Amino acid sequence: MSEQLSDATTSRETGTQLVKRGLADMLKGGVIMDVVDPEQARIAEDAGAIAVMALERVPSDIRRDGGVARMSDPEMIEGIKAVTTIPVMAKARIGHFAEAQILQSLGVDYIDESEVLTPADEAHHIDKWAFTTPFVCGATNLGEALRRISEGACMIRSKGEAGTGNVVEAVRHLRSILGDIRRIGTADSAELFDWAKRLQAPLPLVQEIARTGTLPVPMFCAGGIATPADAALVMQLGAQAVFVGSGIFKSEDPSRMARAIVEATANYTDADILAKVSRGLGDAMPGLEIGSLDTKLAERGW
Amino acid sequence: MPPAIGILALQGAVDLHAIALSRLGLEAVLVRTPAQLDTVDALILPGGESSAMSKLLVINGLLEPLRARLHVGMPALGTCAGMILLATGVLDGRPDQQSFSAIDIDVRRNAFGRQNDSFETDLELAAIGEAPIHAVFIRAPVVERTGPEVEVLATIDDGRPVACRQGGVIVTSFHPELADDLRVHQLFLAGVAA
Repeated sequence: MSEQLSDATTSRETGTQLVKRGLADMLKGGVIMDVVDPEQARIAEDAGAIAVMALERVPSDIRRDGGVARMSDPEMIEGIKAVTTIPVMAKARIGHFAEAQILQSLGVDYIDESEVLTPADEAHHIDKWAFTTPFVCGATNLGEALRRISEGACMIRSKGEAGTGNVVEAVRHLRSILGDIRRIGTADSAELFDWAKRLQAPLPLVQEIARTGTLPVPMFCAGGIATPADAALVMQLGAQAVFVGSGIFKSEDPSRMARAIVEATANYTDADILAKVSRGLGDAMPGLEIGSLDTKLAERGW
Repeated sequence: MPPAIGILALQGAVDLHAIALSRLGLEAVLVRTPAQLDTVDALILPGGESSAMSKLLVINGLLEPLRARLHVGMPALGTCAGMILLATGVLDGRPDQQSFSAIDIDVRRNAFGRQNDSFETDLELAAIGEAPIHAVFIRAPVVERTGPEVEVLATIDDGRPVACRQGGVIVTSFHPELADDLRVHQLFLAGVAA
């Protein structure tokens, strides 16, 4: 869907992989915050968020309310776009390419094909190559990440378990993805065929990881981050930026928590700064034990 | 001793600039604190979100020390958000947004629109040689005013400047660190050595 502007001397090419991945590169080291209205978007931007995710209910409310969770109302997304100068992302249901078409038409900066919403297709994810707007997708393991990349995703986030305030699943997913990347780095060329088979992932992507030692797109973390220490933990494990969903606006003092998580993400190896920003934040969001959950959102997607 | 090149590492595409420098045989110093700033001879301000970086400059106590270094002529390369931070005037910025007036230009944030309007193109940039540079613009700023001391290095198809130089300070609207072309970094390093 790239567009060529006619010009005598030069042309502008939009929607290329370089342009789509490039925005993900620019978000590294930052915090992307879930917001449900323009007021929250303002608080997020004031706190130093690098982008906001516009959605109707944060994951912990989706979890509480049940029912079918869908793309947000365009009016609400427009309202958030109008008050922010930073990138605005929005979620489409897994496989719901019509919702994604609407989000592209609204001019959001990134589309999250998200397991937090109720999946629309039980076998197929969206063909993300067909869009000018870049996509981020969740993954619980390296095979899932590479399948999403082969479908055109330009950013991967570990899924974690959204809406729980419990970081354990995000850690599990990050360790699984980054651990397998390290193991592939030591595999010989014959073993890469077996890796591709076991991961159910395209061989060329597995070979690229063996060569470069990294995922072909930026790798962020989401799902269960509730404190500055959580953000520092996942950044030290190898995440390149963090998504915070319910963790900010379900805490006692959202503005303060937002600033503290931004500061912790930027200074994730400096324990003195982490100690300073963790002080007196009030209550973090209430957390949930993973074992007590009726629905595990991370199991959505294939 | 080669000069110590720092990269402002508060947020953004820090790693891509570090890779570019390492391909040129230099190990970058990541700068997050005033003490780290003291150890570098020149600084790259990377792409990212200028509003977030601006806040983190204040939080990390870097704003005044960095302003002082730039004021006495420390060479600097600013790409995209880095260009906004080095500029004198910022249009469509946030009211609390900081900039260093290290180069006498005014820039407009997100001048080409949102991500769907982000693009790549080839640009003439005579200072780095005859072959055009492949330039990637991501929600990019543009230069709306240049002072008398400022040299325009490249313009976009509509004639507005997208790369400028004043003394040892070079700024680009686009991201040389995203394309496989080290010539802007080499131009910057030549200015550091001079």
